[in-house]
Amino acid sequence: MKDSGNYQPYSYFQLMEVSLRELLVEKGIVTEAQVAATVEDMRARSPERGAKVVARAWVDGSFKKKLLENGTRACEELGLDVPALRLVVVENTASVHNMIVCTLCSCYPRMLLGLPPDWYKSRNYRSRAVREPRAVLAEFGLQLNQDTAIRVHDSTADMRYLVLPMRPAGTEGWSEERLASIVTRDCMIGVAVPEPN
Amino acid sequence: MIEARFKPGEPVRVRKAYPLGHIRTPFYVRGHGGVIERLCGTFGNPEELAQMRSGEPKQPLYRVRFLQSEVWPGYRGNPEDALEVEIFQHWLE
Amino acid sequence: MGGLPAGKVELTEHDYAEWEWRVDALMVLLTGVKGGKRLMTVDELRKNIEALGPDAYDRMRYYERWVTSITQTMIQRGVITTEELGRKMAEIEQRDRSQV
Repeated sequence: MKDSGNYQPYSYFQLMEVSLRELLVEKGIVTEAQVAATVEDMRARSPERGAKVVARAWVDGSFKKKLLENGTRACEELGLDVPALRLVVVENTASVHNMIVCTLCSCYPRMLLGLPPDWYKSRNYRSRAVREPRAVLAEFGLQLNQDTAIRVHDSTADMRYLVLPMRPAGTEGWSEERLASIVTRDCMIGVAVPEPN
Repeated sequence: MIEARFKPGEPVRVRKAYPLGHIRTPFYVRGHGGVIERLCGTFGNPEELAQMRSGEPKQPLYRVRFLQSEVWPGYRGNPEDALEVEIFQHWLE
Repeated sequence: MGGLPAGKVELTEHDYAEWEWRVDALMVLLTGVKGGKRLMTVDELRKNIEALGPDAYDRMRYYERWVTSITQTMIQRGVITTEELGRKMAEIEQRDRSQV
């Protein structure tokens, strides 16, 4: 029984979601349990999983090589479940900084990192990231020096992208766990760089 | 399956065409020249898959690197700044 | 929409509502991932979002576009009919009101 003081009638789209789901359940196409389990599965996917991959690449040169050759296989080697993901990992260096966008919709390596932030899906990011990446990065508080080339990756088809940031100075001897803790989601999209805290 | 025609490093141009339907080649690269960065593999044609058809035969998909200065008039930045976009073979020549 | 003039990126994030998670989950299942029955492709999702028209990006939120597109795809595929949908939506609305 709903508390009528907090009652909010369904919006048209919420009504559509409930209706669609109930019809699909009635027709034996999905079950409520499947939907609930899939929601929980997606909720459990988070940037921490990507940070693990980055930290491993920082400490293990042969893993890094594998990661750059076949991102999906390397994630699976770390025991990460990444169904239907075709991952390309692009490496930041002193001369190249990578940035990811999907101008056509908002493709994102969801099965690794979980759901993307609103801004990644916004018209403004998607329109400007390809054309004026430096200005967009400046809005995120990231200033790159002029000698660094920017490479913007537009995920237009089947591949999904992850930026492998550079390991910052001042992290020598850190454990993988500590390294992973400074790799944020924004670093793996390419709008931030990891900072030793 | 369709044979891959292009190799990494090869210069290519994106066809300039504006048909109807679902297309994964962004407007901003149509008519522009770039270089093949890698062959990603062969995949179902999204234009056909979007129309509830099979998307067969699978088409080679490439990552193509474009110089920003070639794509945007008056682009200001490092001359090496680049864009990398996945493009299906049938859009390349 | 790459390269079109646009404003500052607003660094907003919001916690997804339950219904939004469920729309996402339906998409995962209906494309045959996570044990779901494959009834549509992501290409159809995208095409039907494009069919909403360019102002859909101003009128509708992300998962509102998704649920509309998925439902439209299910109708196009003959999995559900417009009539079934209409009746069900009316039923749910009635059920929702009567619970107050």
